[in-house]
Amino acid sequence: MDFPSGPIPLVTGTALPLPGDDIDTDRIIPARFLKGVSFAGLGEQAFADDRRELAGQHPFDRPDHAGARLLLVNGNFGCGSSREHAPQALMRWGIRALVGESFAEIFFGNCLALGLPCLQAPRAVMHELQALATAAPTAAWELDVMARELRQGDRRWPLTLADGPHGMLLSGRWDATGQLLAHDAELRATAARLPYLSGFRG
Amino acid sequence: MSTGTLYDKVWELHRVAELPGGSTQLFIGLHLIHEVTSPQAFAALADLGLTVRHPERTVATVDHIVPTTSQQRPFADPLAEEMLSTLERNCATHGITLHGIGSGRQGIVHVIAPELGLSQPGMTVACGDSHTSTHGAFGAIAFGIGTSQVRDVLASQSLAMTKLRVRRIWVEGALQPGVYAKDLVLHIIRRLGVKGGVGHAYEFAGPTIDGLSMEERMTLCNMAIEGGARVGYVNPDATTFAALRGRPAAPSGEAWQRALAWWSSIASDADAVYDDEVRIDASAIAPTVTWGITPGQGIGVDEHVPTLEQIDPQERPLAEEAYRYMDLQPGTPIAGLPVDVCFIGSCTNGRLSDLQAAAAVARGRQVAPGLRAFVVPGSEQVAAAAEAEGLDRIFREAGFEWRAPGCSMCLAMNPDRLEGREISASSSNRNFKGRQGSASGRTLLMSPAMVAAAAVTGVVSDVRQLLP
Ligand code: SF4
Repeated sequence: MDFPSGPIPLVTGTALPLPGDDIDTDRIIPARFLKGVSFAGLGEQAFADDRRELAGQHPFDRPDHAGARLLLVNGNFGCGSSREHAPQALMRWGIRALVGESFAEIFFGNCLALGLPCLQAPRAVMHELQALATAAPTAAWELDVMARELRQGDRRWPLTLADGPHGMLLSGRWDATGQLLAHDAELRATAARLPYLSGFRG
Repeated sequence: MSTGTLYDKVWELHRVAELPGGSTQLFIGLHLIHEVTSPQAFAALADLGLTVRHPERTVATVDHIVPTTSQQRPFADPLAEEMLSTLERNCATHGITLHGIGSGRQGIVHVIAPELGLSQPGMTVACGDSHTSTHGAFGAIAFGIGTSQVRDVLASQSLAMTKLRVRRIWVEGALQPGVYAKDLVLHIIRRLGVKGGVGHAYEFAGPTIDGLSMEERMTLCNMAIEGGARVGYVNPDATTFAALRGRPAAPSGEAWQRALAWWSSIASDADAVYDDEVRIDASAIAPTVTWGITPGQGIGVDEHVPTLEQIDPQERPLAEEAYRYMDLQPGTPIAGLPVDVCFIGSCTNGRLSDLQAAAAVARGRQVAPGLRAFVVPGSEQVAAAAEAEGLDRIFREAGFEWRAPGCSMCLAMNPDRLEGREISASSSNRNFKGRQGSASGRTLLMSPAMVAAAAVTGVVSDVRQLLP
């Protein structure tokens, strides 16, 4: 499977609606699957308990949604634990972008670090999008990250994404390490003005 | 936009550079790591051919996967053993201090860093764990990060961040006997909602906060994240300084005097400007219990499970899901609900004062028949201090199990877990579906004293009726 790399101006594919507010990271990936020193294999475990509870009826198990690349969610998606295993599981399941009413901050940052754009739309729009994707599971969607817009056929919906992450996704520099290391002198200067780093020894 | 708050000052001092994407590069003063969210970060570091920039600013412990019965190595669970030995190897390779089992300093990362005096006012603290907000109790800006960010801190001792808005939560009025910091924070989350704090740092202030002990402040800041606020903090004051004095990593001698001056200068100015403010009357708060599947679904122990009509229309689908999952009828009293398991511990409520409060209720009473009850101290130091004053004996005589330190049934990555539909009274912080190890297990969050009350009565009970 190819994971995101480089600039991400556009994500295309079918869409999977996952209704519900406050879907937390314990549900996205239950803690027992965190026992491992790599992220490999997490894709199959996404929503493991919810899927078992719904015995085949969970959106992630519906055959007509197999291979979906866009996840349509509601409010405060990804709240709870900081586990990057959650976006890793979604990414390894095949998701390449999320559109939702709102995202928990740590989750949003974790997605960005993996190159998974998370864009927002108001509640009513999300309900409309979810209804459309349920009615036509094989319809092709275009998430235009550059234009901050979602398209299906000749319909289009404006989305929001803050300028910071927008710029990072388009430039391909959503992976921050290189940028952070580039500021060596500035890092030294900052460290020099923090008295606690030298144990306040004056 | 806020100005003059502790958050603003710490942000300015730690600002390294503005990044092209529009975020800010922030220096991280203290980096805490544990076995669950660090192995992939070290692997990524190796892939990039990078080393740890400031190994002396990173401190490790092991907490999430450790068994609380036998801690003999190798662990019975080979996956847990692999995670711990990977952490040991990574720390040895990079020269990072690891407080391992038996060191006398091991425990839940958010319990041990304050114990060691590592968490200090004016610092930025990051850890691959959302409850890092705990360290805000010391006047630090502390927040949870994901594994890619753990890699970034290891590599550069900094992170790409966006500045939060600052909300002051002003608390007045005395907490009534039997009402604890846990009840206060559950009440705040109930009022402001689990997403109310998204995009915000919470500054807890006011006479009630000034009067809280350091451990109570930690309980409060610990759960800021459950209200959606990635950061929660309390301005440093005499209580903070007294708690730090003499700790292994705290400055001493002349350095202590310089530290006091700097720490005091970091606190929010009297004329600081906040993005907004919320006022809370603590005297009106009852012991609080969650009835649902988010920490925001809490009620006073003397209240009834809310009916749909009492719930904000936007929150109703979630409430319906909660009724179903928890198997609770709207409109029924929460007191009297039978529980199967009682768990006292976690980074929210696994400190000495928490165990003291629970022991005061358990003393001379017996755990109800058929109920499993256990106490997991937050750290080896907490365990030793509790044992020194005989708390372990009080718990054992009452029929509780006394375990070794770790996260335990807070998230059940070790053998401590709910089975099937079991329902727990728990002093931890999350009542999410499946959180405590069974996909259908149920969790009622409450204070440690309330958990002890549930244990000795077998049902959710108002601890105020059991206090001397
Ligand atoms: S006690 Fe629970 S919440 Fe705290 S660090 Fe451990 S698992 Fe996380």
